[in-house]
Parts: sequence; structure tokens; C-alpha cells
Amino acid sequence: MEYLIQYSDRFIDGTIITIQLLVTSSIIGLAIAVPMALARVSRNPLLAGGAYVYIYILRGTPLLVQLYLVYFGLGQFEAVRESVFWPILRDEYWCGMIGLTLNTSAYVAEILRGGIMGVPHGEVEAARAAGMSQALMYRRIILPKAFRIAWPAYGNEVILLLKGSALVSTITVLDLMGVTRTVFSRSYSLDLFLYAAILYFVMTFVLTRVFRMIERHLNRHLQDREQIEKRTAAQAA
Amino acid sequence: MWPEVLSFGDAGFGDEILFLGAPLTFGVALASLLWGLLLGLLNASMALSRSRALNLIADVYTTIIRGIPEFLVVMIIFYGSGILLEEIARSVFDYQEEVPINKFIAGAFALGLIFGAYGGEVFRGAFLAVPKGQIEAGFACGMSKQQVFFRIRMPQMWRFALPGLGNLWMVLLKDTSLVSVIALDETLRWSKVAAERSQEPFTCFLYATAIYLVLTIVSDVFRQRLEKHVSRGVRTA
Repeated sequence: MEYLIQYSDRFIDGTIITIQLLVTSSIIGLAIAVPMALARVSRNPLLAGGAYVYIYILRGTPLLVQLYLVYFGLGQFEAVRESVFWPILRDEYWCGMIGLTLNTSAYVAEILRGGIMGVPHGEVEAARAAGMSQALMYRRIILPKAFRIAWPAYGNEVILLLKGSALVSTITVLDLMGVTRTVFSRSYSLDLFLYAAILYFVMTFVLTRVFRMIERHLNRHLQDREQIEKRTAAQAA
Repeated sequence: MWPEVLSFGDAGFGDEILFLGAPLTFGVALASLLWGLLLGLLNASMALSRSRALNLIADVYTTIIRGIPEFLVVMIIFYGSGILLEEIARSVFDYQEEVPINKFIAGAFALGLIFGAYGGEVFRGAFLAVPKGQIEAGFACGMSKQQVFFRIRMPQMWRFALPGLGNLWMVLLKDTSLVSVIALDETLRWSKVAAERSQEPFTCFLYATAIYLVLTIVSDVFRQRLEKHVSRGVRTA
């Protein structure tokens, strides 16, 4: 406990960094995932194939290797070192964020693909019958429905991202895990890991709750129906 | 043109990464799988048991492991077992030297612990998916509870569990990269050694990426075959 109090400022800073990384990479990751999922289900073989390879490679290799490739790897190329992006690409925080973003974008794209495939065919036909263009149909019918279907899986992915973010400590980012490891290397007090575990646990718990709340909000138009179904089922029984 | 740092022989690390690292990656994954399957089955039977206390143990185990980063679990097990064993050595055997921790065992133990938490859910669902009529039929034939379990539930449960277990194996395969941080000489660790000794870190990590990708693809093919195999004799639409 003494170390936790002694280094409380650092633990707070680390927790803030972890939350920052989670929020930014999940938002940017989602922004990449939507077009990637659309490309994946597109009929254009070039688009679909490209998206398939992108998703397969990022999902088929460890996040840790991806982080190493970005942080340690990119400096190998002179073109990168001399480009305007070098101040960003040699900074561990930005590299961590890039790695997490790319990684999560692939998982979310696959989740969204599942959502898109799960949209009932009747709804698509109805949209077509109503004379909607392809773009309008995606915007008004398919994507909103796909998001609702994918939401629980998306929530799981955000939690996996939070847990995966602990890996940025290996590229020297001082997130919650990074701070914990630094202080541990000075004190060898195992309690520190337990405190970190509690903090992570609280974060995942809160996230789970928030996602479930939003899920209820997203499906609020179905609630009446559920209640009606429950009532009729009770009457039948 | 093959890069020199990855050449096979004394000058490069190509052979170390491929012939020492990759088999160890696979070995840790396999050991974790066996230990994890055991824990998963135990976890599921506790969750399905009529005893409230066992339900609670299964629930707490699953919730805790799911709520904290995999990396943190590996760290806690690695350093925790070291400190614990030294404590025991000092107090019980009056042994003052450092106790060496087997990194393979510590790593596989931690990864299996994670696998068991998620695997428990998979097995639980699979056991519940075995049609009730068959279990009743077993009892009607005069089978004992154990016989019904081993002759009807257990053999059929695997078919339902396999897709979930296949996913967990993929996750596990990637998570083995975490034990490189505790300096077990698997694929990523050797690649990092090569990256640090050369000016070509990107090349080295790309090589590691390719190895993981091959392991993933082989697993994917194997999983599809296995799923077909366990579903033989099941009529499909």
C-alpha cells in the first residue's frame, strides 16, 4: 500500500493514459472499420479481397508484434526517418495508439461484417421496393440495423482493447501497466500488480455496464414488443 | 534477396527464430491448451453443479480473469510464483539462494489459466446444448448418472464446443507472444534479439509476423477439418 500512496500521482497519470489510448484508438479504429466492413461485403473482388487480407493479417498475428513493427520497426527505413511523420513515429505514445487502432479496426470490421450479414433480407428488399438508392439504403436501413446487431460483440471488443492496451507498456509507454511495472522494478512489491488488477477490473466493469445501458437504449423501440411477447407467453402458459 | 540478419547459420537469426522460437511458441500454446482444457472443464462443471459454493467459485474465477489484462495475469503468475517459491524455500527449507522459475511452466500456467476462464463458458454452453431428450433416454435405458455423463453428454458436447474452442486456440496462439516479455525464447523473443543486434528491426518483426500468420492459417485449416469430422453423421440442411 505504501508504494501505491507514494506513487499515487503516477498511477493516476498512468490510468489517464490508458483511458486516453482506449478512447482515441477505439474511435479512430471504428472510423476505419466501417469503410473496411463495407469493402469486405462489397461485390468488387479487389475491394473485398483487399479488406479480407487486411483483416486476416491483423487478426492473425499478435498485437505485440504489431506494436513492435510500428515502434521498433519503422525507423529502419530512411524515408520514414526523414519524413515529416518521424516526430510522431518515434514517439512511443503515438506508436502505441497507431498499433492499437489498426489492430482494433480489423476486429471491429469483422464484427460489423457479421452485423451487416445479419440484417434481415426482407428489410433490404423493403428498402429497395421503396426506391432507396444503395447509399441511402446503407445509411438508413442496413448500417443502423447492423450496429444494433453488432453492439454486444463490439462491447466485448472494446473490453479486449482495454486489456490489450496494457501491452503498450512493452514499448515504454507509461500507461497504467507501464507505471506498475516501473514501480515494481524498484520495489519488488507484488501488491502493485494486484492494485493494477483492481483498477483494470473496475474499468472493465464500468465499460460493461455502460455498453449494456447503451444497448438497452439502442433497442428501446423493441422493448414494448418484448413485453407484449412476454405477456402473451405468460397468458398461454 | 534474403536479408542477412535472417540468414540460416551463424551470421543470422533466421534458423534460431524458425527452428528454436516457433516450436517453442507452438509448445507453450499446446501445454497451455491441455492445462486450459482441464481448467475449462472443471470450471464448466462447477458452474453447472447444484452446489451454490461451486457456482460462486466458477463465477469469481471467470469474472476476475475476464476483467484484467492477459499481460497482467502473466506478470502476476511469473513474479508471484517466484516470490512465493522463495518465501517457501526460506521459511520451510531454510534455503537462502534465488529459486529459478521455469519460464515455460510459468507462461503455460498463466495462459492456461486465461484459457480455462473463457473455455469454461464454451463448455458450459456446449453441455447445455446436448438435447435433453437424449439425456432422459439414457436414464430411461437404466444408465447411471456417471454413465449418462460419459456416454451421452461428454461425447456429444465436443461438437458444440469445437467452434468456440477453435477461436480460443487462435487467441491463445497469439497470446503466447506475451511470454517473450518474461524472456522465454519463443518466436518473438528471438526476433527481438535479432532486431536489437541488427539495423533491420522491421525485417525481423516481419519475419515473426509471417511465422504467426502461418501458424494461424494452419490452425484455421485444421479447425475446419476437425469441425467437419465431429459433425459427420449429423444431417445438415
